[in-house]
Amino acid sequence: MSQLQRGDRRPPGLARLWWGSLPLRVLFTTIAASFLVLVLAGLLLMQQARNSIVETKRNASITEASGIHTFMANQLRLPESRSIAVYEQLNSLAEQAQEQSGQYKVIIEGPAGAILSGGITWESVPESLQSRVNGSDDMFATPTEVLFADPTLPPEPGWAVGTNLVDSSGERFPVYYIFPMTNEVATLKSLQRAVISTGLALLGALTAIAYLVTVQVVRPVRKASQTAQRLAAGNLEERMRVRGTDDIASLAVSMNDMAEDLAERIRELESLSLVQRRFVGDVSHELRTPMTTIRMGADVLYEARDEFEPQSRRTVELMSTQIDRFDSLLADLLEISRFDAGAAVLSLDEVDLVSLVESEVEAQHSFAQKQGIELRIHHDGPATAQMDSRRIRRILRNLLTNAIEHGEGRPIEVTVASDAHAVAVAVRDRGVGFQASESGLVFGRFWRADPSRNRVVGGTGLGLAIALEDARLHKGWLTAWGRPGRGAQFRLTIPRDPGHPLISSPLPVIPTDVESRRRT
Amino acid sequence: MTDTRSRTRILIVDDDPALSEMLQIVLRQEGFDTVLCSTGTQAVAAMRESRPDLVLLDLMLPGRDGVTVCRDMRAESVVPIVMLTARSDTSDVVAGLEAGADDYVAKPFKPKELIARIRTRLRQMTADPGKDVLGIGDLIISVSAHTVKRGDVAVQLTPLEFDLLLALAKRPTHVFSREALLDEVWGYRNAADTRLVNVHVQRLRAKVELDPEHPEIVVTVRGVGYRAGEPAAEG
Repeated sequence: MSQLQRGDRRPPGLARLWWGSLPLRVLFTTIAASFLVLVLAGLLLMQQARNSIVETKRNASITEASGIHTFMANQLRLPESRSIAVYEQLNSLAEQAQEQSGQYKVIIEGPAGAILSGGITWESVPESLQSRVNGSDDMFATPTEVLFADPTLPPEPGWAVGTNLVDSSGERFPVYYIFPMTNEVATLKSLQRAVISTGLALLGALTAIAYLVTVQVVRPVRKASQTAQRLAAGNLEERMRVRGTDDIASLAVSMNDMAEDLAERIRELESLSLVQRRFVGDVSHELRTPMTTIRMGADVLYEARDEFEPQSRRTVELMSTQIDRFDSLLADLLEISRFDAGAAVLSLDEVDLVSLVESEVEAQHSFAQKQGIELRIHHDGPATAQMDSRRIRRILRNLLTNAIEHGEGRPIEVTVASDAHAVAVAVRDRGVGFQASESGLVFGRFWRADPSRNRVVGGTGLGLAIALEDARLHKGWLTAWGRPGRGAQFRLTIPRDPGHPLISSPLPVIPTDVESRRRT
Repeated sequence: MTDTRSRTRILIVDDDPALSEMLQIVLRQEGFDTVLCSTGTQAVAAMRESRPDLVLLDLMLPGRDGVTVCRDMRAESVVPIVMLTARSDTSDVVAGLEAGADDYVAKPFKPKELIARIRTRLRQMTADPGKDVLGIGDLIISVSAHTVKRGDVAVQLTPLEFDLLLALAKRPTHVFSREALLDEVWGYRNAADTRLVNVHVQRLRAKVELDPEHPEIVVTVRGVGYRAGEPAAEG
């Protein structure tokens, strides 16, 4: 939890590093936790060691002090020592005691001042001990700090054992035995060094173990992730190696099962699409051949209609126009089903959009004239792009006939423009238009703005749907704008190179005249 | 084509009896002679026997498919071949064109459209008056003799390939767009399938270029179309 908060407060770079690597997180957590545990364990160990060493030293000190004290008391009470001055006696006793061992120093509070041995100072005796010794004949032990007369020597911890010497005359002299713990301190120091170095080695070892464990877990997970990525990239033959029966192995098995299922589904869909494509092809051939015969027959009759009775003549005329209509409906249906089957293929060439527009506008000239509509072209020089001219022509034809059909006899503006990445053409009519909410619906199959309206040219109702598919095939856009009574604008945008997706169009969706009207 | 017969003869290769008969009626009305063949296996034999001026070939045939039949016919004859196809998908049409067909008509077609296609393929292209011999690259075209020669060696071209080469050679400085060539050679005014031009330029290059990878006779002008190579310097 604290790790998480710390991670959040870090600068973004570090946070990314932290959340970007599982081994790093595991390693860091292991190091921190191990460090804490090792420090605590070390402290506890040192504490116990120190206590037991100090306690042992205390007991040893008291034992030794008791022994030397008995000796000194006996010496002081010897009959031959009665004649010697007390101070002298004490002095020699101190020296004798000192000579017995180097383990302790002796301080005797004589009548003429303290008798010190071993170069220590009087301050080494704590005052609490002095007061206790003064009030009783018992022996007391107190931890103390041993201070040396030589100022270059550092003070050392030790035990001070205090009691009273009683001479033959019954006078009491407090005596203190100071036991410095020089050896014990050295032992503790080396023990401390051992604990620290062991702790560091353990820390290193734990880190290494954590790393090994992490790698063991992370490596298969990484492998799984790489495999999943390759699968996602379409490489369906990719599989994970299964080793053992653990969690990682079951992950690998599930991944492989998933990949197998995925590949199976895709194969199914591919074969379905192939069947569909074949079906479209077969239907296309099967329908078209009799259609051709009917068509030719109707045409032969139509050419000869003047020789027929009026009723037969009218029949032939009706048949001929309806065959035309059926023909174009069939063609559009087949085209749509080809798109649906994904069988439509682009045949790209470097083509100038302006010349295509000019030629299609020219082709619609007579139809437009019949509706009393003027077609105007605006462009600023060639606009070449990688296009399938047959499909682009078809889009233009659909947009133009649509505009003429709904244009209400008012002029139609066709604008071509280009920029570095795209070419575009907009067909603007000022006819009936449509609701803003219908701008997506107009591309629907068999959709009609107003079902009661009569069709002038008897379009199939699939024209704009096909145009949209053609535009998509070019990775282009086909958008519609319309307002009731204010006309409509259809804009086609095609990237100059189909490899580069469109990000903008050289022409606006909403006609410029509409915007300017709103501004003024 | 040195036949003494007066009427132009068309071989119809189609497996659909109703369509074949209808085609026959329409073509006869237009004054053509017709021969029928209903399977792919007999088509080449029928061509040898009847020596037609033009072949109408359905791409989907029982026995041997139209593309193979087309390739076999082209291997032994330069007769114009017009394909009838139910599909206008790239692969199908291009396969037919690459097999040597000159043009195609997609079903269902109008009789007038078919007649127009047939007449275009049968007509002879003429040079400007007074210019019978033209040079293109290191080739010499003789218009009236309908021959193309490199030095003394004649290059065998189909009538369509000859027309294509002639169209380029007639205006050596002009760059033809694919649409312009479709108009000039195939007689298309508006509907344009530029694949026709692309495929036939490749076929023509394979015959006339010394190195088709680096064409010097039919030169590509990027983004525009094609133009004629510079005529070789005299001498």
